Amino acid sequence: MEIIMNSWPWYVTGPLIATVMALLLYFGKTFGMSSNLRTFCAIGGAGKYADFFKINWKDYKWSLAVVLGAAIGGYLAVNVITNNQPIDLNPKAVAELEQLGFSNAGKDLLPSELFASDVMFEPKNLILLIIGGLLVGFGTRYAGGCTSGHAITGLSSLQLPSLIAVIGFFAGGLIMVNILLPLIFGA
Amino acid sequence: MKFLKFLFVGIFFGIVLVKSEAISWFRIYEMFRFQSFHMYGIIGTAIATGVLFLQFSKKLNWQTLEGKSILVPKKDKGIVRYLVGGSIFGLGWGLIGACPGPIYIMVGAGYMSFIIVLIAAILGTFIYGLLRDKLPH
Repeated sequence: MEIIMNSWPWYVTGPLIATVMALLLYFGKTFGMSSNLRTFCAIGGAGKYADFFKINWKDYKWSLAVVLGAAIGGYLAVNVITNNQPIDLNPKAVAELEQLGFSNAGKDLLPSELFASDVMFEPKNLILLIIGGLLVGFGTRYAGGCTSGHAITGLSSLQLPSLIAVIGFFAGGLIMVNILLPLIFGA
Repeated sequence: MKFLKFLFVGIFFGIVLVKSEAISWFRIYEMFRFQSFHMYGIIGTAIATGVLFLQFSKKLNWQTLEGKSILVPKKDKGIVRYLVGGSIFGLGWGLIGACPGPIYIMVGAGYMSFIIVLIAAILGTFIYGLLRDKLPH
């Protein structure tokens, strides 16, 4: 029981994520989480504004079921299957984050200074959350996939476009974390 | 009822990503600072397992539930859209520490701020749809 309640090691969770991909392929579908954002647009009537959203969203009900399941799984893992142990971060990262003004590194999943409910509507935080969401939504669709579609599925099937996309993911991530975050949160 | 299996795959996915800590903003920070092997281990073993699965499924002609060959859709050819679109996504990934899967998971886990992120992400996809014909691909 202890093993289940603790965090699971990378060499277990990596293959389990591949299992999700394998199951979806076995069911005749694919593993792609960002496509659902397009489906949500189509449900909201975005087809009136761009042909890109003229899709029959009912064809993607299966994928919305995966999304709903993921949310339920998230609830269960955070509230039930847990013993609330801190994340075993590199002490260097913890020290750096403290310098940037994040005091709870590893004690929660996220920095509360940015994500906590009581501060999320502060102008700076709200702007950052919105910009982050916009970048993810725009970038994944432009690139035709995210971590699940390109990094896991695309690289597992040895596709060059996915390798280029993943290089892009890392270029963007490295710039944000190493150059922009210190500018945004630094003194 | 036919959606039940997808619901269960989703639940499994949500649990695995939380228990892996891959949904933690701090883990993403560490990854992009090269301060921990953790995320590279997850992504690396996921891809290695995925490669093995797809190679075996091809060699042994494993079939889907409906009796067809297991097929991964081919991505369109191109460079610009993958490099530029990928980098834009990467900037967002580094900032909010979550890719699309974890966004849904964090909403379910009760982190209300991720409802804002989700709405913005849907809006971002909408903006892409509007600009699609004008962007280089």
